[in-house]
Amino acid sequence: MLLIHCPWCGPRDEIEFAYGGEAHRVRPADPSALSDAEWADFLFLRANPKGVHRERWVHAHGCRRWFNVERHTVTHEILRVYPPGAAAEPDAAVAEAQPPQASQQGVRS
Amino acid sequence: MSNYSIVSLIRNAFSHHEHWGRAWRDPAPKPAYDVVIIGGGGHGLATAYYLAKEHGITNVAVLEKGWLGGGNTGRNTTILRSNYLWDESAALYEKSLQLYEGLSQDLNYNTMVSQRGVLNLAHNLHDVRESVRRVNALRLNGIDSEWLTREQVKEFCPAINIAPDVRYPIMGGTLQRRGGTARHDAVAWGFARAASARGVDIIQNCEVTGLRRVGGKVVGVETSRGYIQAGKVGVVAAGHSSVVAGMADLRLPLESHPLQALVSEPIKPVLDCVVMSNAVHVYVSQSDKGELVIGAGIDSYNSYAQRGSFHVIEHQIGPLLELFPIFSRLRLLRHWAGIVDTCPDASPIISKTPVENLFINCGWGTGGFKATPGSGWVFAHTIARNEPHVLNAPFSLDRFTSGYLIDEHGAAAVAH
Ligand SMILES: Cc1cc2nc3c(=O)[nH]c(=O)nc-3n(C[C@H](O)[C@H](O)[C@H](O)COP(=O)(O)OP(=O)(O)OC[C@H]3O[C@@H](n4cnc5c(N)ncnc54)[C@H](O)[C@@H]3O)c2cc1C
Ligand SMILES: [Zn+2]
Repeated sequence: MLLIHCPWCGPRDEIEFAYGGEAHRVRPADPSALSDAEWADFLFLRANPKGVHRERWVHAHGCRRWFNVERHTVTHEILRVYPPGAAAEPDAAVAEAQPPQASQQGVRS
Repeated sequence: MSNYSIVSLIRNAFSHHEHWGRAWRDPAPKPAYDVVIIGGGGHGLATAYYLAKEHGITNVAVLEKGWLGGGNTGRNTTILRSNYLWDESAALYEKSLQLYEGLSQDLNYNTMVSQRGVLNLAHNLHDVRESVRRVNALRLNGIDSEWLTREQVKEFCPAINIAPDVRYPIMGGTLQRRGGTARHDAVAWGFARAASARGVDIIQNCEVTGLRRVGGKVVGVETSRGYIQAGKVGVVAAGHSSVVAGMADLRLPLESHPLQALVSEPIKPVLDCVVMSNAVHVYVSQSDKGELVIGAGIDSYNSYAQRGSFHVIEHQIGPLLELFPIFSRLRLLRHWAGIVDTCPDASPIISKTPVENLFINCGWGTGGFKATPGSGWVFAHTIARNEPHVLNAPFSLDRFTSGYLIDEHGAAAVAH
């Protein structure tokens, strides 16, 4: 079970949240201009790293707001929680964070 | 390699069964192979076996980073069935079930295929309509399927609770009598032994760490045991498919998730069929040892950890006890997770790739054990002939661009 820090409500059990998959996906600005391959990319291709993953969660049984999480997909450690719209850490910073150290923010399930 | 038979059993009894030969060879990797298969689960081993048996290609290595069947093959709940709605899936899974029906003879290895019947329950009017539709669709595809009323469900599976005053009462169910279970380890070991006997090198503790390319073609694999040259490479790495494909800069429409399962303490025979419920979401069967084998859905988040969250287990035990109140006093013995490769349309990808000489077999997600022989059979064809078999042509990677998805999410009873 994950302990997730909602940016607005604080630490809560995973069961209060719903998962939203990869973060920072942007809807195509001009959908009609996209090729089939570009549509396939937008609709179906997702980052699936063994390592740090940037993903969205919604506090479904709390404030019902969305936010972003950086989580390691092997240790399940949550490295960072940040509000929607905020920029992701550059990849280099994320790479340095591996392997993650135990922190106050996440727990291993 | 000696043949397993009543004679060999008696002969070995004289030496107290202490001198059985090893089931497959343990060779050091050769510098080069015609075909290298990455992943020694059931699908990879079956691919190697059918490459040798059906296509005469025996200069083949199966590279496994851990031990054979230590991935999802050895972690799954072993349900076999072919009751898939869409024609493409029905044909592929039915081919696999037919291969399973003759597998122990073909491999000379007891895979303990038990066609005890798979029951899929309906709990509301929509379920009932959808189930009856599926029965009809299956029959049109020549696959055995029956609709059972609530009373017939009780007759077929006496331990089940059909009381009308529960939250999701049972309103009937579909039955595939040819469905059932098999022994997961035996499927891996049987394919390994039979492939090894035909000349395939099975190499454990050999992790692939890179795919070497020259001019856009794959020419070999970097491994923890050195570089191995390869004419063709087949990736059959289940939950790690994205990682391996990434070594050739190939992105796949896959996400890896934990899928948990658990077993109870062993008890006397109480359940002689497989029971699945999509609506309340749990499935259960009883192993030959007597343990109840229980599973349900994936953990929602991406993971490579082979473990999941506790509330997911709670959500399968609740429904289980509503269906079978008599199980409430049982203790659970073990639980675990495998990493499953889920695909957007809940169908597999068995395909050539844009990278020459690189082939991929993945996306089986939560339900590929039942497909093990069929998957190997069509993938061997795809690799040997450089083109898909008619059964797996619809399951190509380009369906995500063409839009020809095989959407089994709603269609495939429950996803295991
Ligand atoms: C809990 C659970 C329950 C399930 N229940 C059912 C069920 O009831 N019925 C059903 O039909 N299906 C079920 N499934 C799904 C089924 O187990 C899988 O679809 C199927 O076993 C996949 O077989 P495979 O050979 O492709 O994968 P695996 O058995 O996972 O084999 C892949 C192998 O690749 C190896 N590998 C990965 N990366 C590398 C590398 N870099 N180098 C070398 N080797 C590598 C891994 O170690 C692994 O052994 C279940 C799965 C789980 C986890
Ligand atoms: Zn909140």
